[in-house]
Amino acid sequence: MILFGSSFLVYNLAAYASDPLAELRLSSDDGARQQIISLTRSLNLDTPPPLRYFLWLKGVLGIFVGNLNLGVTREGFTVQEELAYAIPVTVRLVLAATVTAVLFGLALGIISALRQYSRFDYGMTFLAFLLYSLPIFWVAVLLKEFMAIQFNNFLSEPNIPIRWMIIFSIFTGIFWSSLFGGERKRFWTVFGGAFATSFVTLWAIDLTDWYLNPGLGPILIAFLSVGIAFGVTAISTGLSNATAKKAALTMAGLAVVWYYPAQWIFNNFGSYFTIFILISMIVLTGLGLSRVYSKIDRRPIARTAIITGILSGFLILVDRIMQSWDDYRATDAVNGRPVPTYGQRKDQLVTEDFWLNNLDIIMHLILPTLALILISLAGWIRFTRGALLEVLNQDYIRTARAKGLNERVVVTRHAFRNMMLPLSSLFVGEFVGLIGGAVITERVFGWQGMGTLGIKAINSYDLNLLMGVNLLLSILVISGNLIADLVYSALDPRIRLGK
Amino acid sequence: MKLFGRKEVSTGEILAGGENAIANKEVEGLSQGQIVRRRFFHHRAAVIALVSFASIILFVMTSLDSKMGPIRIPGWWQWTVEDIPELRYEDCPGGTTGCPTISLDPTSDAFGLGTHPFGQDDIGRDYFALVMNGARRSLMIMFVIGAVSGFIGVVVGSIAGFYGKKVDAVLMRLVDFIQTVPTIIIAAVIGKAAGKVGPLYLALFLGILGWTGLARLVRAQFLSLREMEFVDAARVAGASNLRITFKHILPNAVGQIIVVITLIMAGAILTETALSYLGFGVVAPDVSLGLLISQYESSFTTRPWLFWWPGFFIISIALCVNFIGDGLRDAFDPRQRRRITKKDREQAKLQVKAGE
Repeated sequence: MILFGSSFLVYNLAAYASDPLAELRLSSDDGARQQIISLTRSLNLDTPPPLRYFLWLKGVLGIFVGNLNLGVTREGFTVQEELAYAIPVTVRLVLAATVTAVLFGLALGIISALRQYSRFDYGMTFLAFLLYSLPIFWVAVLLKEFMAIQFNNFLSEPNIPIRWMIIFSIFTGIFWSSLFGGERKRFWTVFGGAFATSFVTLWAIDLTDWYLNPGLGPILIAFLSVGIAFGVTAISTGLSNATAKKAALTMAGLAVVWYYPAQWIFNNFGSYFTIFILISMIVLTGLGLSRVYSKIDRRPIARTAIITGILSGFLILVDRIMQSWDDYRATDAVNGRPVPTYGQRKDQLVTEDFWLNNLDIIMHLILPTLALILISLAGWIRFTRGALLEVLNQDYIRTARAKGLNERVVVTRHAFRNMMLPLSSLFVGEFVGLIGGAVITERVFGWQGMGTLGIKAINSYDLNLLMGVNLLLSILVISGNLIADLVYSALDPRIRLGK
Repeated sequence: MKLFGRKEVSTGEILAGGENAIANKEVEGLSQGQIVRRRFFHHRAAVIALVSFASIILFVMTSLDSKMGPIRIPGWWQWTVEDIPELRYEDCPGGTTGCPTISLDPTSDAFGLGTHPFGQDDIGRDYFALVMNGARRSLMIMFVIGAVSGFIGVVVGSIAGFYGKKVDAVLMRLVDFIQTVPTIIIAAVIGKAAGKVGPLYLALFLGILGWTGLARLVRAQFLSLREMEFVDAARVAGASNLRITFKHILPNAVGQIIVVITLIMAGAILTETALSYLGFGVVAPDVSLGLLISQYESSFTTRPWLFWWPGFFIISIALCVNFIGDGLRDAFDPRQRRRITKKDREQAKLQVKAGE
């Protein structure tokens, strides 16, 4: 009903606001007259817009009898074809951006709320407001200049000046020390540790020319996996749970043992299916470990082991993709300038190699995703912080603390789950909103997605195309709202639909 | 790793009756307006933002000539948008032309503004004048959008919330209806047509699209406020619907309304610049900040100043409005208490000791 009304309005508004034949009328050419006639016939331009709308509607309603017809574009393609090409492109971009932004936003927002009124909190608040005020096209152009063009220049002559190493290390130091908070002594200890670590890392990177031939290697992966095992256990069950710790460490050990076999599998059977199989194997191993190690309370142990396994496996995968870097740089299509500024694929890159193709997709994703993340991160930080503070002031949190639960359980089990309720419905809305709202990002980075299609339709007065884009976006908004409501009521037992 | 640290509560605070006591003491005997004003001026970031926002407006508005009907108020800046002075090329890096003359280095001879502090564009027009003109246009659009969507949102929201039932249902469907129309696309369609009639109409159209969130909020406020006892009391005393709305309900909702309007305005300047950037908002020969960035995007590598200055103005305007909105939200929110500082705690302790 609403859909009908809004599409009727947009159709007529657009039809009266634009004249698809204006340019052709101006020319006195014979061919132009021919074109006017043929366009009039194919687009039914001789029917007045309100009536023409119903012709269009008839085609749309054809979907119920299995015969969807959204009309043809000016170039004579069907609108369905154009949409079918554009949707995956936009979804890929928006999904990557939203998921990353949510993960970072959640983490930063939670820490910011737990450390309310600390230096970190003030820093995050300011950062959020700053990001909130940034125009996305401005950010996108800056990213193109500094992350792509200058980084590519840097790669052709890689050498990190010591000045930058120090500046970067100071920033990392400030970040981590404000994150941990505490008194002056603790502040400086953490600052020193973070400063030294990042300085040494940068130096090592510079010495080994890591960015020319990156990779993690089995030793680094071993270290990181053990770190992940401890971190996941600390958050998931607490380090006092010895069985969970043992399971997580076993998982990390298995990941290291599997490093070389995994290389062989990846090289010979690189496909999404292989990755899927490996993930299922990790899940099964995690379940098995929980059976071996414990007779009671297996779920948290299995959870810890599986998360550890997937994160370590992800490291190995990253390592494999990194190994393609050198080949990728050397291909003719890339020609030593690996960070692209334009398009969603390199058309010249013709290769059967699974890893090269994926690296290409990832490299093209980086900049536009980064731009979108920067813009939407602010909202997530603020929402998360607000929601968690709201929840932490509730009586049940006081009760949980009063009965002697430790802070970890209070935060992860009582506060975090309740906080996720409003955020989960927000996520759906944000995702749907971005599909239509990524217009500018798509334009700056030259992606052929939904937004570009809409712009093209407006610029060429292509009514059918415009209506196709518009219809799809409206349906997405409406179904997004519906899904958000359903998710909310499914998660929150206090809300029941239909009562 | 002590991620889950809990705030310590000192004995002095407990003796003094917790944090409430300190905060409540401060607002004893003050009217609501005074409390809000006081809270706002205690919000340091908001005050800084307010002052800088006011100075930006003053700076932008007085710098160029302004015309109001027959009256012409001359601006203090020497160039206008129409002037085409000679392109400067001495001292410019890498053979470029029209670089900015502003210099913040007090030791050099060139310290000060110079003739073209923001540089010149490719035909020599003074970029400071262009940016000022663009900022003026963007500010105007921002305020018009804020006013239009604020007005429609409050009217629709209060009617829906006050009368409820069928009126509410119809108006809320209207809100749903407008929300399904993708803003950027419809704004682009309108902008493409409105480009010929001027930026004012663009702002009006954008305002007509932007009120839905506010209407929902006002409606929710009205729905809960009209059940309050003081509204019943007013009705029993014989107050008309209009009087109840304006004297009893709206003053209680005004805080939230103002906050949302500031947020709409902060969003509006970004929408306007984004549309102009896409070529559907303000179009040449008119100037707006988004349009300036769009026009000189390609010259970023060679003449970056053409890109930096309009961006700088967009960011500072949006940032100021956001911070003002945040300060207002804190000031109007009755649950928000001022942060209890160390000094307050010490004082409370001293008072308790003195009382013993």
